[in-house]
Amino acid sequence: MIVLASIIDSFTGAFDFIFHSREAVTGGGVPVGGPAYIWPFARTQLEVTAVALGGALAVGMPIGLILGHIGKGEFLAVGFGNAGRAVPEIAVIFLLASLIGIGLGNVAIALGILGLPPVLTNTYVAMRQVDPTAVQAARGMGMRSWQVILRVELPLAAPTIMAGVRTAAINIFATATVASFVGLSTLGDFVTQPAVYGNDGVVAGAIVIAVLAGLIEAALAGVQWLVTPRGLKLARASRSA
Amino acid sequence: MTTLAAKSLLVADSANKCAPGLPADFCHHHETTGCVGGNGLFCADWAADNIDRYVGPFFRHLEIVAISVVAGFVVALALALLSHRHRTLIPPVLGATGVLYTIPSIAFFFLLLPITGFGLWTAVIPLAAYTLQIIYRNTIAGLANVPDDAKDAGRGMGMSERQLLWRVELPLATPEVVAGLRIAIVSTVAIATLAFLAGAGGLGDALYAQPSFNTNIIMVGVLTIGMALILDLMVVLAQRFAMPWQRARPR
Repeated sequence: MIVLASIIDSFTGAFDFIFHSREAVTGGGVPVGGPAYIWPFARTQLEVTAVALGGALAVGMPIGLILGHIGKGEFLAVGFGNAGRAVPEIAVIFLLASLIGIGLGNVAIALGILGLPPVLTNTYVAMRQVDPTAVQAARGMGMRSWQVILRVELPLAAPTIMAGVRTAAINIFATATVASFVGLSTLGDFVTQPAVYGNDGVVAGAIVIAVLAGLIEAALAGVQWLVTPRGLKLARASRSA
Repeated sequence: MTTLAAKSLLVADSANKCAPGLPADFCHHHETTGCVGGNGLFCADWAADNIDRYVGPFFRHLEIVAISVVAGFVVALALALLSHRHRTLIPPVLGATGVLYTIPSIAFFFLLLPITGFGLWTAVIPLAAYTLQIIYRNTIAGLANVPDDAKDAGRGMGMSERQLLWRVELPLATPEVVAGLRIAIVSTVAIATLAFLAGAGGLGDALYAQPSFNTNIIMVGVLTIGMALILDLMVVLAQRFAMPWQRARPR
């Protein structure tokens, strides 16, 4: 019972930290906690996530679309994705911080590199999964290559591409937390600095990070649903029925 | 607002007798100038002399990965077998494992901290939880892809549902199960570099000991990727030896 009570205490303390300002553990009347205090950290993390994801999409999607369309480079697209999973993200962040310095731009580059494999692999695989008869029909109607890509293959591949975008977004957002180790003030600051924020701040930071990750995932799941062509939804419904 | 990394740099600078930005014990084996003193990209001599620094963290890392993946595999397989019988379980299990997968590892560690405290389990529980979805999803897909002909043949030979599962369905589903296991192992090795935050040690500990020394960062990166590749290769070889018939299957 005592254990349970202390666990409940930790989480009530954490929620208090999220919603109300208090004095820092280090003292000196420095106020920490409360939504207005936490928001700038969350905003930095969301900004760096958005920039990195945008970069990963700008680089990964065109390459995946073209390789998938011509059906070449499977080794590159899929192998790169598998190899990317083995890379310890924290090492990449520390190395880039050591080599090119600290800042939102540099962290965004590191995170963009980490987001690239799922985007590239999923885009490639999605393009290869498109029903070839649909592509042939489009060609038969006289569409040019770029029209086939943009008007037939891309819409049919969109759900699988979005699955890769979701993975990339969650990975990038999660790793952006680590960026506080190299001096970018993200939500990771709360969990890595118990000396300033106390145990309540640590757990509060963890809660805010987890909730924001859930919101990003839910929002992107919504986008995925929106970009899924009606025909694919109908086909899926009739298959599972 | 100094961060931990910046703080450790300041500490290192003040106690440092060999080179700016490096802890004093870095000059244990080597002179103060040259590659180590100048924090070159990769100082092979230093790495060779200091390989012993990484032995402990390496095997601790392996231990964390092994416990996490075995635990995750057992739970995921049990859930998959259960929902193979009761198909209505599939959407809720996929949903629940998906939610677990979405929680960033750092947040997961520190949410568990009030409950499990610093140590091995605070790292293992999230890492095991992350493997659930991929192994579960692949096992379900593997079982669903077993040809009806094979199942009919088994039933025709008088097998019970239980025998059918263990002797026909699971062996035929292994390629997908192993594919999921491989992804789980490789990604767990990478994520386990953060286990030091939960107080569990591993290669992340070695990284964070000297987080601005390039050679150290690269050593940790290479050892982590190397561990992932070796474990992956071992699973592939084990699969070939244990299930030689799969090589004969058309792909």
